[in-house]
Amino acid sequence: MTRALGNILQLGIKELRSLARDPALVVLIIYAFSLSIYSSATAMPETPHRATIAVVDEDRSQVSARLIDAFQLPYFLPPTRIDHRQMDRGMDSGLYTFTLNIPPDFQRDLLAGNQPGIQLNVDATQVSQAFSGAGYIQQIIQSETAAFAQGYQGSATQPVEAVVRIAYNPNLDASWFGAITEVINQITLLSIILTGAALIREREHGTIEHLLVMPVTPLEIMLAKVWAMGLVVLVASGFALRFIVEGWLQVPIQGSMALFLAGTALHLFATTSMGIFLGTVARSMPQLGLLIMLVLIPLQILSGAVTPRESMPVPVQLIMSLAPTTHFVELAQSVLLRGAGLGIVWPKLLALIAIGAVFFYAALRRLRSTLQ
Amino acid sequence: MDAHDPVARLDGISLQYGKVTALDALTLTLPAGCMVGLIGPDGVGKSSLLSLVAGARRLQQGQLQVLGGDMRSAGHRRRVCPRIAFMPQGLGKNLYPTLSVAENLEFFGRLFNQDRQERQTRISDLLASTGMSRFIDRPAGKLSGGMKQKLGLCCALIHDPDLLILDEPTTGVDPLSRSQFWDLIRRIRASRPQMSVLIASAYMDEAQNFDWLIAMDAGKVLATGTPQQILERTESSSLEQAFVALLPEEKRSQHQQLVIPPRGEHSGIAIEAHDLTRRFGDFVAVDRVNFRIERGEIFGFLGSNGCGKSTTMKMLTGLLPFSEGEASVLGKPVDPNDMGVRMRVGYMSQAFSLYSELTVRQNLALHAKLYHLPADQGPQRIIELLDQFNLHEVADSLPMALPLGVRQRLSLAVAVIHKPEILILDEPTSGVDPVARDMFWALLVKLSREDGVTIFISTHFMNEAERCDRMSLMHAGKVLVSGAPQALRQQRGKATLEEAFIDWLREASGPDDNASEEVAPTAPTTSASAPAKVPRFSLRRLLSYTRRETMELRRDPVRGLLALVGTVFLMLIMGYGINMDVENLTFAVLDRDQTTYSQNYALELSGSRYFIEKPPLYSHAELDQRMRAGDISLALEIPPGFGRDLLRGDAPQVAYWVDGAMPMRADTLRGYAQGIHLNYLLTLAAHQPTTYTTSLVNVETRYRYNPDVKSLPAMVPAVIPILLMMIPAMLTALAVVREKELGSITNFYVTPVSKLEFLLGKQLPYVALGFVNLLALLLLAVFVFAVPIKGSLPTLLLGGLLYLICATGLGLLVSSLLKSQIAAIFGTAIATLIPTIQFSGMLHPVSAMEGAGAFIGQLYPTTHFLIITRGVFSKALDFAELQGYFLPLLLAVPVLTLASVLGLSKQEK
Repeated sequence: MTRALGNILQLGIKELRSLARDPALVVLIIYAFSLSIYSSATAMPETPHRATIAVVDEDRSQVSARLIDAFQLPYFLPPTRIDHRQMDRGMDSGLYTFTLNIPPDFQRDLLAGNQPGIQLNVDATQVSQAFSGAGYIQQIIQSETAAFAQGYQGSATQPVEAVVRIAYNPNLDASWFGAITEVINQITLLSIILTGAALIREREHGTIEHLLVMPVTPLEIMLAKVWAMGLVVLVASGFALRFIVEGWLQVPIQGSMALFLAGTALHLFATTSMGIFLGTVARSMPQLGLLIMLVLIPLQILSGAVTPRESMPVPVQLIMSLAPTTHFVELAQSVLLRGAGLGIVWPKLLALIAIGAVFFYAALRRLRSTLQ
Repeated sequence: MDAHDPVARLDGISLQYGKVTALDALTLTLPAGCMVGLIGPDGVGKSSLLSLVAGARRLQQGQLQVLGGDMRSAGHRRRVCPRIAFMPQGLGKNLYPTLSVAENLEFFGRLFNQDRQERQTRISDLLASTGMSRFIDRPAGKLSGGMKQKLGLCCALIHDPDLLILDEPTTGVDPLSRSQFWDLIRRIRASRPQMSVLIASAYMDEAQNFDWLIAMDAGKVLATGTPQQILERTESSSLEQAFVALLPEEKRSQHQQLVIPPRGEHSGIAIEAHDLTRRFGDFVAVDRVNFRIERGEIFGFLGSNGCGKSTTMKMLTGLLPFSEGEASVLGKPVDPNDMGVRMRVGYMSQAFSLYSELTVRQNLALHAKLYHLPADQGPQRIIELLDQFNLHEVADSLPMALPLGVRQRLSLAVAVIHKPEILILDEPTSGVDPVARDMFWALLVKLSREDGVTIFISTHFMNEAERCDRMSLMHAGKVLVSGAPQALRQQRGKATLEEAFIDWLREASGPDDNASEEVAPTAPTTSASAPAKVPRFSLRRLLSYTRRETMELRRDPVRGLLALVGTVFLMLIMGYGINMDVENLTFAVLDRDQTTYSQNYALELSGSRYFIEKPPLYSHAELDQRMRAGDISLALEIPPGFGRDLLRGDAPQVAYWVDGAMPMRADTLRGYAQGIHLNYLLTLAAHQPTTYTTSLVNVETRYRYNPDVKSLPAMVPAVIPILLMMIPAMLTALAVVREKELGSITNFYVTPVSKLEFLLGKQLPYVALGFVNLLALLLLAVFVFAVPIKGSLPTLLLGGLLYLICATGLGLLVSSLLKSQIAAIFGTAIATLIPTIQFSGMLHPVSAMEGAGAFIGQLYPTTHFLIITRGVFSKALDFAELQGYFLPLLLAVPVLTLASVLGLSKQEK
């Protein structure tokens, strides 16, 4: 037993040394966990953010001027005044996501209580903005016209009022979520690539065969890669969270970092096993590169880190509940953004352990059979 | 050029690898028109010298003139490289393993701009003269070592070089093939007497036949002259002795004449094989092999390349399962899982298989620990081995920076580190210099005679075979003869063991293999020896790389298949999986009023198609807990006295709690909540007509291009650019770096192909594959997703083509800049995943972004192609309206290519 542990330790140290011999790779890892996280967290716009809007104002009244003035940064870029012809062309070429058409006599009809119509055109190819932006614009129109009408007619209160309170991220700062998502993406990406490629490299350079004549078992070979590569990623993610996310991006981390890192370790157990598995399936490095892409993209996009999971088709949800990223994303969001404790996230930890164990076992079996 | 001008003139040439000095102010003149041999111990700079002369390595200090020009000048290198041929060290190092013999030769012929007819004449000539015509369709990777070297030589000779440089061409090649190899060279020289040949060799019997020798040590020249002159100067009878005599005192003193004491009493059987057989498909690699090796015996294994020696050894170590038969090691049947036996056996494989990322010392230390040497003995044992194998000086170097011979010593040191009872050594001395070989044998003899270690060794050196107690000769999977070397020689009645063996092998293989009687290649009709002009740019050379890359892609159909099927799969996933329609949101109600009025309000929420109701809440603490756990993303709190206040007209206030962890969802939730509230007010107004105002304006919202606001029609045009960036870039990303890692990049260094030809040639097949991919995705979009192409299809295809050139160009850039395949895969993933998914406008318009992301987004090709696909798919646009977005793509192509050209080096640094 101590023999085995010794082997695992030594082989793992060997992996770390190999990594250190590839300075370009080290630089890439550092980039992935620092600048890359920063830039993608800060680039993520609030919705809507700096949306482009143009107005065809056929009324040229006080209320239409008031409406145009209501579209303000950071939500909207200053509206452009255009005519009908420019409207179609502008939308075709993607110049404006929204155009608003205020008809003639709008103000008169409004004050007369005729419920005048106002036309809002939305470029629906810009999916994320189309939805929430249209909602925003409608709200602005309603509240501005109401306020304007009030100024003329005196107030009229509503029978029930509603307040909306946003928990955990009151200003809906998109960079909080973006930063965490990016850390998760990099963790998954790096751990799968490092272990998978390390295995293929051993095969391409013939060193795996050499290991097999020594008193070392496939289990030890695999565990060594799992711990060594897992450790690298764990340290990198701890660093990214502390210094990039909390320090540089000023994201207030709600929950316990230790709990998150424990979850990360379990997640890494599953993803590094997945890397080994892919390494046994691919015959060469070029094949591995493609395989990794094919696995990573669904893992990242369908895990719930890009779009809400509950809105996905049910079969996708079911299949993705077998992926470690799904549980890890939920765990990370709960702990880091909502401040959940062990009492709340323990089912996720259990899920990660179970998935990791299955992946590990599958990878080990394949490794054993491909090595013989 | 005058025939008597030297072929190369070196003046004060020095070369450093980090702190190690490989060549030390070398001044030397190499005569033309003869065979010049470089001899000397391993690691004295022979290979460095050869690669400098070949132009494969960058000059550091000193002047080097080759074929009448300065090798520092790129122009001169370009002009002379068609006249130089270089065969690097290592079996088949310059070959492409998945390509057939003919395809390898074709590739080189094209690189030298030969037309079809010339190529075919030359190839059939060369193959006939090497006796390889029968193997014309066999992949190079499946040839035996000797045949690989012959093919390598053919590839080097295809353009009739004036200077042929061979770095240990016969290392690891069996005696029969070796003699055929030299016959071939002799015949070629007979037909082209003006050709100069420069050879490094570890075989002194070969060096004997060269015209002129250079003896080197420690980066300096010890002696030059004809073999005769060197023998006279050192007063030696053989070159082997002369070699030792030339060494400086401290190295010579380590060398002693090898004496093998007789073996003592037999003490049992160490290895036994009975009818051992191994098949690979139909091919019988090892055919009912029997032998029995006694404990303490040195048992030799000889035979031609590919005869099954390595396979037999691998079966005994448990690396390969056997098809039939029995084998036992140390009295136990071979069991690959028996750790106990592994601890008692040391194995050294033919190819170097230690960690090239670890230094010599680290490799030793790792193995000491894996074999569980006690902690107090480990360091001592390492020092012992560094001593024994003369590795102290290189202890902190990386193996790949070391010459082959030194690497072999390291492998051997590792194989004996745990003092095994049995050593299985597969050609351990290939490429090792004579002195080191003797030292190594002295050690083997000591192990065998003093410690009773059993040694099972394969070799191509006859003098080593003679040192064995007993030996077997193998051919084509069968053991031909076994016995003591002396007895075997006598049995055949020959003067030397080598002659006896060649005799046996010729007899066994029949007249078929007797290729050496074939004709010499005919003198070229078109004189390539005076190549007037080497074009700066040649389409044929470019296409030569294209053809080769295409063939390699075809030989690995899994890769092409993964790319095509993979993109289709990903498109399905992304098309269905990315859903911007936020639905099925979970909510719960904390109703503190519990009246019909409050329940009516809550009904508005549960009736909405966007929401799924979860069990009601009873307290704030529970609200908090369940929201943290992600169980609910919205909570509605209705205050106590809601109904009463409503009736009184006191305007009660309800509160919505939204989980803000995911801002996009939270935003939508907020919108929904407000909508639902408004709806409630309208219902209320309808039931009790009062003066309450609800909505003053009727906003008619029209969703253009995608009237139902379905995600799918919006997503499909966006997914195509993303996939066509990631997959083609990843396919191309390993194209260059793989050659760097596996060694075939040398061909690029020493052939007239330019950087641009090399890169573009490699890029073309991936652009073509990408285009097929684009068509597949378009078909999928139209017929499976039913998203019609409303605009101009030619515009889309043209944009796609440009875009694919950008995507593959990006992959090539990564590949030219980086040195390892792992880094290239990771680098490509980083360079494509985030920018395409996040910065290119798939989810959020680029105009809405800020900071570095916005900057990348504006430059990145995906952004522009995305506008083109969306324009053509959804907005029915054509070229006139989209032309502005072609410009950035057109600009990106030369920028990426130029960056790759700058990142790539035409010589090894």
